[in-house]
Amino acid sequence: MVMTAADDSTAAPKRSPSMPSNAVEVDHLSHVYGDRTAVDDVSISVGAGEIFGLLGPNGGGKTTLFRILATLLTPTRGSARVIGSDVVSGRAVVRRSLGIIFQYPSLDGKLTVRENMIHQGQIYGLSGATLAKRSDELLDFFELSDRRDDRAEKLSGGLQRRVEIAKSLLHRPRCLLLDEPSTGLDPAARISLMSLLHDLRERDGVTCLLTTHLMDEADRCDRIAFLDLGRLAACDSPAALKSQVGGDLVSIAAKETEPLARRISQQFGVEAQARDGAVRIELRNGHEFVPKVMASFANEVESVTVSKPTLEDVFLHVTGHGFSETAADGKEK
Amino acid sequence: MEASTAIPTSNAALLWLPTSSLWRREIVRFLRQRSRIVGALATPIVFWALIGSGFGRSFRVAGSAAGAPDMNYLEYSYAGTLALIALFTAVFSMISVIDDRKEGFMQAVIAAPISRLAIVLGKVFGCSTLALGQCLIFLILAPLTGMHLSAGSVILTTFMLAIVSVELSALGFLIAWPMDSTQGFHAIMNLFLIPMWLLSGAFFPASGAAGWLRVVMFVNPMTYAVAGIRHALYWGADPGNSSLLGIPSLGICVAVTIGLTLILSGLSAAAANRN
Repeated sequence: MVMTAADDSTAAPKRSPSMPSNAVEVDHLSHVYGDRTAVDDVSISVGAGEIFGLLGPNGGGKTTLFRILATLLTPTRGSARVIGSDVVSGRAVVRRSLGIIFQYPSLDGKLTVRENMIHQGQIYGLSGATLAKRSDELLDFFELSDRRDDRAEKLSGGLQRRVEIAKSLLHRPRCLLLDEPSTGLDPAARISLMSLLHDLRERDGVTCLLTTHLMDEADRCDRIAFLDLGRLAACDSPAALKSQVGGDLVSIAAKETEPLARRISQQFGVEAQARDGAVRIELRNGHEFVPKVMASFANEVESVTVSKPTLEDVFLHVTGHGFSETAADGKEK
Repeated sequence: MEASTAIPTSNAALLWLPTSSLWRREIVRFLRQRSRIVGALATPIVFWALIGSGFGRSFRVAGSAAGAPDMNYLEYSYAGTLALIALFTAVFSMISVIDDRKEGFMQAVIAAPISRLAIVLGKVFGCSTLALGQCLIFLILAPLTGMHLSAGSVILTTFMLAIVSVELSALGFLIAWPMDSTQGFHAIMNLFLIPMWLLSGAFFPASGAAGWLRVVMFVNPMTYAVAGIRHALYWGADPGNSSLLGIPSLGICVAVTIGLTLILSGLSAAAANRN
């Protein structure tokens, strides 16, 4: 007990009173391009040290929100703060506390890995021995030391992405913004990228906010926000979001899904939807439901699967339309 | 974890360090792309050799009738070719800005806490260094035309080429920055920059041109670049040189070029600050 108290007292002065508890705060933010509303009244808080995913289909508003947080775009309405500073009025401060990883590599392929690091440091005002030391440390941490003298264009997509993240950390940002960081990466590289972000959070308490359209990536975030047609459709941990969907997901493949869905709804009093060549039913204890369906519709049913809901199912559940359907399809509804 | 105060905020750190960093990058990149070196240097040389030899028989510089010695076309078009090399190198090096901003190196630079002026200066100094370097290599060929350059004229020519290179790089930046595709840039190059060069006295003297063309040539900034280079090449040589008749004086050329460089750089910085 005494030890704990002592620890607390030494730790307390380190926390400055102005230190915000949230790394990113988005408050009723909207952005309009011409007559298209890309981001529509979105409010999100990302806690310090959190790995937070912005998940949504293309055109959902993720990249617009990313650009606003990166101070590259001025919002039409509302405000956003990064590490306590407003992205518009405190732009210079925000830029210093952010590390940004763009969807398309910002490496110069003709320069070596180390040269890319040095350039990045210099555009953040670092130089000399400090820069060289940090660059070496980061390349070491990212297991890139043996490639430091190779031209960036010679590296695989996964390694380039590592360099990209390494260089964004040179000025020791408190928060990383990543726009579709897994673009062009194979599944193995995607997994190693996510575990890298977890390592960084453990080591330095870096907050990570990433945009993605990949469910497996979103699954590895602490919390995710669904962005659909510019609106915030849901925001919670992946597990909590999945529990919104009624337990299990029973998917019945059949030739004539529309009439089958109607008949199942009538007979069992469940909500059955025909979608993508299958009848979908969300319900608890799906395994008990399967024999009943088979008993009644053995001739119509081609196959039945029971699964735990994925984030894709959650997306369908909260927005009423499928994830892969484009934003334009959604608008017509 | 160290706080973000680790980043210095002085002028030197936010302007000159990134400027020199971007400047250096431009040169390193260029030297690692052999095709660019060859393209920027060989194109004007081939142009010069073919046109110079082709027109050689049928072309005589107006003014030679006034008693000055005849001048061959290879020599006449030499100053203009220097300007063309500067134009090609400076402007083509600037094309990279377009793709770099959208999905390349420049994304990170734009999002960094530095002065946008550093981006303009780094890029303009970088591209103009390349342009000047290419011009100086071409300058070695001057004796092939029969010209004998004095030390004074080499120094003055280098100075003139340097300010012309900076001017054209700033022009290139101003065109490239707002563009969203390289195709657009090539269109401007063909529609605007090449004619600007053709009507600069590089190809034919203003004295023999139609009235309206002479007006265009008079307001064309490239005219002053080519005329300045021409003056510099013949610095201290026979003042009766026919190609120097009827072109703006060296003082005017230097003043126009430096003035335009400052204006174009200012406009570039304003454009870079806007978005």
